[in-house]
Amino acid sequence: MSREVQVSLQVNGEAVSRRVEARQHLIDFLRLELGLLGSHTGCEHGVCGACTVRVDGRIVRGCLVLAASLDGASVETIEGLSDSKEIRDLQDAFILRNACQCGYCTPGMLLAAAALLKSNPRPTRAEIREYLAGNYCRCTGYHAIVDAVEATAAARARSPRQD
Amino acid sequence: MKAPPFDYVRANTLAEVFQLWREAGPEARLLAGGQSLIAALAFRLSEPSVLIDISRVADLTGITVKDGALRVGALTTHAELGANALVRQHAPLLGEAVPLIAHPAIRNRGTLGGSLAYADPAAELPACCVALGATIIARSATGERRIAAEAFFLSLYATALAANELIAAVEFPLRKPGERSTILELARRSGDYAMAGIVARTAFEGSRLVDPRIVLFGVGEVPVMAIRAMAALAGRPAEPASIAAAQAALAQELDPPADLNGGADMKRHLAQVLLARAIGRLATGGEARAQ
Repeated sequence: MSREVQVSLQVNGEAVSRRVEARQHLIDFLRLELGLLGSHTGCEHGVCGACTVRVDGRIVRGCLVLAASLDGASVETIEGLSDSKEIRDLQDAFILRNACQCGYCTPGMLLAAAALLKSNPRPTRAEIREYLAGNYCRCTGYHAIVDAVEATAAARARSPRQD
Repeated sequence: MKAPPFDYVRANTLAEVFQLWREAGPEARLLAGGQSLIAALAFRLSEPSVLIDISRVADLTGITVKDGALRVGALTTHAELGANALVRQHAPLLGEAVPLIAHPAIRNRGTLGGSLAYADPAAELPACCVALGATIIARSATGERRIAAEAFFLSLYATALAANELIAAVEFPLRKPGERSTILELARRSGDYAMAGIVARTAFEGSRLVDPRIVLFGVGEVPVMAIRAMAALAGRPAEPASIAAAQAALAQELDPPADLNGGADMKRHLAQVLLARAIGRLATGGEARAQ
């Protein structure tokens, strides 16, 4: 039992070892300890979705996960997904449709949208809205975001990716 | 806000959980999925001395069918509950409830045991457990105790768990042939806690409801079993006259506290609307056909 905990984990494929404060959540760990500023701190109580990242392949609220609990875990952030080009088409569609605007929600929105398209490659607009209901955007009114996700799904259906 | 300082320790076995818990004392809290607890810490509604992380205790995981019951480990996440074939076969109501719980990112970490132990009166799974007649398997250092879900939720955020007990698993009776169930709720935004919700489960003899169980959530301090509405429906066909009688009975027996969403009258109205929709859905097949 201690205020500080030693953790070793993978972040975007790279091994990371740090001593963290027990109370530090994953987003503060990524931003303050590792300098990965793509994951955003929003409400810090699990409502807004700006902090959406992947842990062991599944999206989570980064603000509702303690870094101390992640020994041995694999974390992926928007930086990792951008570098790997896994969601390049989705990112392009967001830019094309002006689905970012201020951009604060965008990394979380992209992580959530990517998870949706993985589990449901051809969602209806209603399904897109339902899935993204936990990711708040204060600029776009969501329409452009739904457009971008829908367009990405349609494009992938036309030319399936080799991954 | 940031959480207050606390210590952290991980337990890898049940024996370790109870040993660490004894050492840490009464100010310690157990951390499972953390989807309610870490938010509460951020609000500083809770200031534990130690968090004991139980999320990797294998004895608290797994979904099995044994001795005529579906046993679901307390650490089962909402996402796992929604995707499991045994759950779909034997307690499809739970699978129907999962999409109503928060959002995908939260369902990936939030657990069944955590939801029940937290006992939010507007949460879906506590109401499902009461409606299905589930049994909560509580564990302490000295052994196991079985608590009927009906007797588990005592008041707002308060359960029958003793200070040294955790939820190990939940046992659900296997769905009988012909039994139907459904869950409905009204929320302002998808994923929000419901303003009012209903779980209904019944068997049928022809068109008549047999042994209906109706449980409301978000309208009281605990999941509310609608005894009078159930009595109004038992043995009667699902038709407008009996549904209207059940709605009237429900309005009499509910005493919802006002909350941010509205007053008692509004909640009573929503509950009546949900009751009619739920019975209508059961009469046409319930969740089994809706899927």
